[in-house]
Amino acid sequence: MNGPDRDDRSERDDRGETDGGHDHELRVTKIRDGTVIDHVPGGLALTVLGVLGIDGSAGEVVSVGMNVPSDRLDRKDVLKIENRELTRDELDVLSLIAPAATINIVREYNVAGKHRVERPEQVSGVLSCPNPDCITAGNEPVVPTFDVLEEGVRCVYCGTILGAEGADLSEHADIG
Amino acid sequence: MGQHLISAKQLSRADIERVLDHAAALDRDSPTDRRSGTLLGLCFFEPSTRTRLSFEAAIKRLGGDALDMGAIEASSVTKGETLADTVRVLAGYADALVLRHPSEGAARMASEFVSVPLINAGDGAGQHPTQTLLDLYTIRENVGLDDLSIGIMGDLKYGRTVHSLSLALTNFDTTQHLISPESLRLPRGVRYDLEAAGASVQEHTDLDPVLPDLDVLYVTRIQRERFPDDAEYRAIAGEYRIDATALDDAKEGLIVMHPLPRVEEIAPDVDETPHARYFEQAKNGVAVRMALLDLALGGGGIFAERETGSLADWNEGEDSP
Repeated sequence: MNGPDRDDRSERDDRGETDGGHDHELRVTKIRDGTVIDHVPGGLALTVLGVLGIDGSAGEVVSVGMNVPSDRLDRKDVLKIENRELTRDELDVLSLIAPAATINIVREYNVAGKHRVERPEQVSGVLSCPNPDCITAGNEPVVPTFDVLEEGVRCVYCGTILGAEGADLSEHADIG
Repeated sequence: MGQHLISAKQLSRADIERVLDHAAALDRDSPTDRRSGTLLGLCFFEPSTRTRLSFEAAIKRLGGDALDMGAIEASSVTKGETLADTVRVLAGYADALVLRHPSEGAARMASEFVSVPLINAGDGAGQHPTQTLLDLYTIRENVGLDDLSIGIMGDLKYGRTVHSLSLALTNFDTTQHLISPESLRLPRGVRYDLEAAGASVQEHTDLDPVLPDLDVLYVTRIQRERFPDDAEYRAIAGEYRIDATALDDAKEGLIVMHPLPRVEEIAPDVDETPHARYFEQAKNGVAVRMALLDLALGGGGIFAERETGSLADWNEGEDSP
């Protein structure tokens, strides 16, 4: 059973307020500075990390909760990335994979900003077109740009549609 | 941004009828001085015979002249110049540009760098909207554009003429029968647009069952390079060839079209049947391109005034249906 109280506890922790020392569900601790990405569809945390280019090689401290019980999503993933705040471009790509995600910016254990991701109408410079014959694949002075569809994105130049599936997007993410 | 013709997706029914009506008028009057003093830049990064020559014939019949970039082997492209730079320079020499390029989206990108009208004459496996206009002109002259059953056969995946034609036909009351091997069905992007437009489309792997229903059979070439080996190509291409006997079950008024060049997909004995329209279709390229150029160079633009889904909307990044 996934009661609302469980989800509430993880929310409290995400805000850096308290875990009360008795939360057996969350399994991750609050962070001092960084970003908490909450309400990622269950099972997509690693895809989100892939899209953000976080593979641990740069020494980032990352905590990941996968398939945590959630009221809103049934099962959700939660990511806590220390000492890093996401850029606009990163949020744009994140919105394509996890449109229901909430972003908490944490500074000194406190939530300095909390917002939902917003799906833009168009994303530029954050994905590369998978079509090798697309004009954006050459050496032209052009920024790959995609219209955001209900499911997936579409290259404004060649019309190629990139699926909504996280793996599809993370393979072609080009940010940072 | 000028009035560019990049994709058939831009074309509303009003746009199409405006161009076709104008083409019919120019075809009747055959004027020679409407656009005297104008220069059309021909930028062909791929070989072309019909498209290039019909654009050249069109501008000359309007009283203007053409500046041909020539073969790319003899141009600055071989020095590594970008397409963006090439069209920016040529736009300074000419009043409008016609571009053919092997990369999909090339015309859309090029249009962002020029202020003169730019017309897409084929971008890789993308779009070929001027071919579509002359196709529609030919269909309208022969069987009309509404209450139409059209079969489009061959390479639907890589065939840019098919992508453009299929999208433009959604403006009319047509049923499209798409006939191809499984591996050469329409690409996802075109399917998406057809679905969004609510098009009536049926897919088949065999021509025979649908042939008796068709008013138009539009045949395209299946290219050898799309197949890993020659045997597979020969086996598949052989199934999508027609000859005069194959058309025995067709309606008397069926017209057979082809964007040309044909290789083996239409046997020469079809030429002698009353169905053949492909040479008439190629000839219509001049009148239709005259109409397009006359509208583009006249300052009023290619596109009709309209309520929704205009080129202006499209240029602003909106996805018109």
